[in-house]
Amino acid sequence: MRHAFLDHHSGIESPIHHLDARAKIIVFLTFILIGVSSPPNSFILFSILAGALIVIALFARLPLAHLAKKVLVILPFLFVVAISIPFMKKDGVGGGYNLGLGGLSISKSGLWILWNVIIKSSLGVFSIILLSSTTSFPQLIKGMERLGSPKIFTVLTSFMYRYSFILIDEMHRMKRARDSRCFGGRWFWQSKVIGHMIGTLFLRSFHRGERVYLAMLSRGYYGTMPETTAGRFGLSEILFLSLSPVLLFLRVYLR
Amino acid sequence: MKSDKVIEISHLSYDYPDGTPALRNIDLEVYQQESVAILGPNGAGKSTLLYHLNGTLMGDGRVTILGLPVEKKNLKEIRRRVGLVFQNPEDQLFCPTVFDDVAFGPLNMGLDEEGVRHRVEKALEMMGLRGFGERSAHHLSEGEKKRVALATVLSLDSEILALDEPTDNLDPAGSHTLIERIQLIPQTKVIVTHHLPVAMDLCERAVLLQGGRKVEDLPMADLLRNRDLLERFGFDADFAQWMVERRKGLTL
Repeated sequence: MRHAFLDHHSGIESPIHHLDARAKIIVFLTFILIGVSSPPNSFILFSILAGALIVIALFARLPLAHLAKKVLVILPFLFVVAISIPFMKKDGVGGGYNLGLGGLSISKSGLWILWNVIIKSSLGVFSIILLSSTTSFPQLIKGMERLGSPKIFTVLTSFMYRYSFILIDEMHRMKRARDSRCFGGRWFWQSKVIGHMIGTLFLRSFHRGERVYLAMLSRGYYGTMPETTAGRFGLSEILFLSLSPVLLFLRVYLR
Repeated sequence: MKSDKVIEISHLSYDYPDGTPALRNIDLEVYQQESVAILGPNGAGKSTLLYHLNGTLMGDGRVTILGLPVEKKNLKEIRRRVGLVFQNPEDQLFCPTVFDDVAFGPLNMGLDEEGVRHRVEKALEMMGLRGFGERSAHHLSEGEKKRVALATVLSLDSEILALDEPTDNLDPAGSHTLIERIQLIPQTKVIVTHHLPVAMDLCERAVLLQGGRKVEDLPMADLLRNRDLLERFGFDADFAQWMVERRKGLTL
């Protein structure tokens, strides 16, 4: 079975990787909030944010080209915004550019919206990718828990993380079994088979849930997940965390 | 001679929720430090019997573990003292990391950080898994998963270990490693298996189940000599004979 990784590169040795997850969550969240809340014409701020993220990525010894490729996940969303631009003609009088696309004109406000979406989503996604590439998933969950995220949420997430791989493996096995029995035919037949597969997958997961619960009970589970041990919050964490107020300051005073 | 009785089962019967009979009138006694194999074909009720040892299932009849009857008010104590390892390690390992999984039991027992860490290290060490703490269960091999599953129960420091098909799905080498590790565990063991060699290596006593009933309860050596019985249960009597001879050769 092939193994899926959600947290690629999180095993690299670097000063950023060694930081406590809490510091990283707060700082990258600040990046996202500041990026999203800035007006689309704050070019200097955007450059600073992008520059800072790249510096962090370099410190973390992450392959930049790979990260850039991952940022491309936003492309489909951008496409949706982009195709709607010609039709946003609210300020058509104010300054439309007629590019002669079969008589369609692209409005200025439409272009601003496109830019706004591009820069904010790329900065946001880049921050999230940096966070997940420098922090392993278990650490991330523990970090969130220690930051006061509701326990039920972190527990659910960690179960989802643990069992998503098993579910994916199970799906692959089922697909293989299906294909090796000459799967084909008309779409109606196919959709019926796929429906059955989804049902089977659900039943299997349901039963697995029961068995996992029994395994938990067998090891003394009585409704509350045990507390995990505390992490360390040292000088390097505080230094890294100081990025947050600096960014906030820039956001407020830089226009 | 035989010391304390640690497991006492009398007149135990159990039906699956859909009404299918699973166990019928089982009587079984297990003594301290004993290692008992529960053998039988698929569907004989081996696992169902095992699940009764820590109250995962509760049927009609009496089950007493270390003097405590298996009933709701004793479950917490009983589950601390009986470590149950499920057949499929994917069911047993539900935490993000190996460390978390092995620490789950001790943390539930309310041990302090130092105590938990010590228990986890000891359990991993016993299973030959030192340094595996920060790994994720889904990145381990099947054999490693099985050993981690055992470690999650060893960390409870329970007096009785109940293992369901410990070598299932393992290649010969993985199986061998696991058996060696289990042999080092001093606790009372009840091991469900349908592999005769595994039972031979790990247990001195065999309980044979068929159709939910206990058919035989005898020393392993007697079972291995009993050609009729072996063949009745679908075991290869010649192979068993060969194993016995070979082991004699090794001990001489």
